[in-house]
Amino acid sequence: MSERQIQLEVLRYDPETDREPRFQTYTVPCLNEWVVLDALNYVKDNLDTTVSYRWSCHMAVCGSCGMMINGEPKLACKAFIHEYPDQIRVEPMAHFPIERDLVTVVEDFITKFASVKPYLIPKEDKPVSAGEFKQTPAELMKFKQYTLCINCMLCYAACPQYGLVPEFLGPAAISMAHRYNQDSRDGGRDQRQEVIASHEGVWECSFVGACSEVCPKHVDPAGALQQVKVASTIDWYKEHLMPWSKK
Amino acid sequence: MSKSNKPIVWGPFAAGGTVTAFLTPVLTLLALFAAMRFSPDMFTYASMHAFASNWLGKLIIFGVITLSLWHAAHRFRITLFDFGVRADLVVATILYMIAAIGTVSTIFSLLSI
Repeated sequence: MSERQIQLEVLRYDPETDREPRFQTYTVPCLNEWVVLDALNYVKDNLDTTVSYRWSCHMAVCGSCGMMINGEPKLACKAFIHEYPDQIRVEPMAHFPIERDLVTVVEDFITKFASVKPYLIPKEDKPVSAGEFKQTPAELMKFKQYTLCINCMLCYAACPQYGLVPEFLGPAAISMAHRYNQDSRDGGRDQRQEVIASHEGVWECSFVGACSEVCPKHVDPAGALQQVKVASTIDWYKEHLMPWSKK
Repeated sequence: MSKSNKPIVWGPFAAGGTVTAFLTPVLTLLALFAAMRFSPDMFTYASMHAFASNWLGKLIIFGVITLSLWHAAHRFRITLFDFGVRADLVVATILYMIAAIGTVSTIFSLLSI
């Protein structure tokens, strides 16, 4: 196994004691198959126990270790060292306040995510005895890709519009709303539309597409948002030009 | 939060985007060729005039021109915003006015044929 020395530049910041963030460089002996998260763990275990960052699964499932790696939003567990030069700079996700070092404050996302009611709202109450909600493979295909979101927030770190307009509901929240709206078992679209068809909702999106480029699970949030725009536009014309049609 | 009225401008923008991507460049090129008399018989003045005299032809020409205009206006509004021009209301008013003037003058020129 080949070993390689890298210079890992880590952004350090403690809002309570530091006036502004600074970079601290660690020399890390890496194995070729390591990911950036392994290098960070090496620093934490052997060089500096005070470095703070979030991680859990180490396999791109939990969505905890999102950070800027050489300026790009990435999961640290999915960013292979061999794809990078000898100098690697890690920073907390862009557009989020820093809690400490690489740890960001994510309350804004959590609030927005919850506001779109990201859960199944059945069309009618159905007793268990009435059996299961059936769904064809074709109906499943309509939304399956959007279920793969792991809430890692990389799309928010990538979205220039979210950086510009912090009120924007953002890619992941709207994609998740779309996921439930597209579900044949769901009847909650009207409730979600009140939030996502608002000005701070899907209409703040200018279709830059960076969200889909950085998404580690290939959810394609940009595609979801475009579909939401088309559906919301049809809604609008129906509501205003054909008020009798009752959506 | 209340529902946005953005669909009024986004509808023509999206439809115009499709037209602009698939039709407008080709039509511009063909019109240029026709103007230079470098075109097959189909694009002679007489046949183009006949096309524009027909109601269906008028409708198609109207659709292509106005949707392209509204698309360009909205696209340019967003581009200016991205380039840091934050006087969105002024920009939107001017650009949509241009598109509206274009729409009205298209109607008049088509009706006069």
